[in-house]
Amino acid sequence: MYLSKEQEKILNGDRGHAAKKSMEILTALGDIYGADRLIPITSVQVAGVSYHNLGDAGLEFLEEMARDGKAVVKTTLNPAGMDLEDWEGLGIDAEFAKKQIRVVQAFVKMGISPALTCTPYLAGNDPKFGEHIAWSESSAVVYANSIIGAYTNREGGPSALSSALLGLTPNYGLHLEENRQATRKVKASATISSISEFGALGYAIGKAIGSEIPYITGIHEVRLSELKSLCASIATFGGTAMFHIEGVTPNKTTVPNEEIEITQKDIENAFASLTDGKDPDFISLGCPHCSIEEVEKIASLLSGKKVKVETWITLSRAVKGQADRLGYTKAIRASGAKIACDTCLAVAPLTGRFRCLATNSAKGCYYGRGNNKFKTLIGSTEECMSAAVTGKWKGG
Amino acid sequence: MGKKIKCRKISGGLASGEALVSMAPISFFGGVDPDTGTIIESGHPLEGKVIAGKIFIFPSGKGSTVGSYTIYRLKKNGKAPAAIINRECEPIVAVGAIISEIPAVDKPEKDIFALVRDGDEITVDGTKMEVAIAKPKKHEEQHKRAKQYAPPNESARNNKARS
Repeated sequence: MYLSKEQEKILNGDRGHAAKKSMEILTALGDIYGADRLIPITSVQVAGVSYHNLGDAGLEFLEEMARDGKAVVKTTLNPAGMDLEDWEGLGIDAEFAKKQIRVVQAFVKMGISPALTCTPYLAGNDPKFGEHIAWSESSAVVYANSIIGAYTNREGGPSALSSALLGLTPNYGLHLEENRQATRKVKASATISSISEFGALGYAIGKAIGSEIPYITGIHEVRLSELKSLCASIATFGGTAMFHIEGVTPNKTTVPNEEIEITQKDIENAFASLTDGKDPDFISLGCPHCSIEEVEKIASLLSGKKVKVETWITLSRAVKGQADRLGYTKAIRASGAKIACDTCLAVAPLTGRFRCLATNSAKGCYYGRGNNKFKTLIGSTEECMSAAVTGKWKGG
Repeated sequence: MGKKIKCRKISGGLASGEALVSMAPISFFGGVDPDTGTIIESGHPLEGKVIAGKIFIFPSGKGSTVGSYTIYRLKKNGKAPAAIINRECEPIVAVGAIISEIPAVDKPEKDIFALVRDGDEITVDGTKMEVAIAKPKKHEEQHKRAKQYAPPNESARNNKARS
C-alpha cells in the first residue's frame, strides 16, 4: 500500500506512540486486503468498550494509547458493561464499575464522545450518503452501509480507534463501488411486520447466504426499529456488512439473477431455533438500543402495571433524554422495569445472574446464549412485556 | 541446517520455540482462556492444549473482533504464543499481534501444515519475512513429549526467557 511522506513519518514514530501504533495497524490491514492507499474518513464508531470483554490488558492498552492519542474526526463509543450513572441499580459490583469508568475515561481523554450506544446514528453520529467512515459494531456497520448509504468496512475495535486517531482508513472492500453490488437476490415471500420478525428474517437470510450481499424483495413497509433489528441479525448470523432492499435502501446496485426464497416456514424455523427456554427470569428490550418510538410503545404497554420479572429497557442516553421529557421514563420505572443507558445484555457482566432471557431481538438471543449461557425466548414487544407483567411466556 | 520458508510480514520481530499446529481456525475471544493460554473452545481439535510460548500455527482467525484484545491479554499475562504463523491472516489476529508485539507471518511459500509437526523447533522472523524449521533428530520422541501437558508457569518462564 502506498504511503505519503507524511504517513511514512507517522509510521516511524514522528507523531508519537499512539499515532505510530495506529499507522502500523492500518498499514497491516491495507496490505492484507490489497488496499492501494489510505483515504480520509469523516466519522468513527469504536467498539470494544465493555470492561467485561477488555479485561485489565485491554484497559492498559487503551490507557497507553490515551497518553498521546487524540481523535481527529467525529468519534462515538459502543455500549459499556454498565449504566455509567446508575450501575448500582443494575446490580453491577463496585470493582467492575471502577475499571469500566477508567476505560471510558481513557477514550474521553482521546477526545472520543462517550455516547455508549450501538445506534450512534440516533445519537448525533450521523454520516451522510456517500461519506467514507470507519465503524465497528456489526449492526451499525450494516445500518451505515445499507440504510444511510455511507461507506464502511466491518472494523474491529482497535482498527476503528486507529482510524479515529489518524482520520484515515485503508481503501479496500466496501469503500470500493464494485464490492457493494448485490450478489444474491432474496425474495421474502413471508409476511414480515415486527421487530422480532425482521430479526428472524435476518437470521434466515444470514444462515442461507453468509457474508454475501443480498438484494431483498418483498418488503414494502418497514420502520426504523425493524430495519435496526434486521441489520443486527443479518450481521450476527451471516456476517454480511451490507444489504439492499428493493424500494427501500438508497444504494445503486446491479440485480443478480440467482434467487433464493425466504418463506413463512423459514421464519417459523428461525423462531424455533432461537427458542429453547420456558419461563423467563430476565427480559430485555433494546438490542440494538431502542429508538424513541420503541420506548413510547413499551411505556404504553407497561403503563399502570407492575413487572414480576427483572426487566431492562436498554437505550442511549440521547434517546433517554427525549423519553424523560415525554414522560416515558417515569411510566416505565413506575412499573418496576429498569431503564438502562450506556449498556445492553450483550456486553454487561450478566453470566450467572439469570437463567432464561426473553427478548424481541434475534441478535440478543445469540449473545444471551453465547456470552451469558442463558436459555432464550424470542417474541414480539407485546409478548415480552406481557411476560414481564405475568411472569409467564405467551400465557403458558 | 534448518529449512527456510519465505512468508509475508504481519507483525515484526524475532522468536523461536516449539511448534503447536492446529488444522482448525482459532477464535481467541471465547476460544482461548486469556489467563492460562488454554484452548477452551468446546469440540476444537486442540481443546485443552496450552498455546503459551509456542510457535502457534493455524490456518486463520475467526469469530468476534474482541479477539484482538484477547491476544493482548494473553501477552500481558505471559501466556501468549511466542509467534504466530497463519495460512491467511485476517484482521482479528493481525491487529492482536501488532498491538501485542508478537511476531506474525502468513502466506508461507510452502505448505507449512504439511511440513511442520508439533514439537518442531521453529524460528519466525517477522521482519525478514522468514520461517526456519529445524526437525529434531528423533522427531517422534519429541512429538510425544510436546504432546504432554506443559504446566502453565513453566510455559510462562519459557516465554519470558525468549522475549
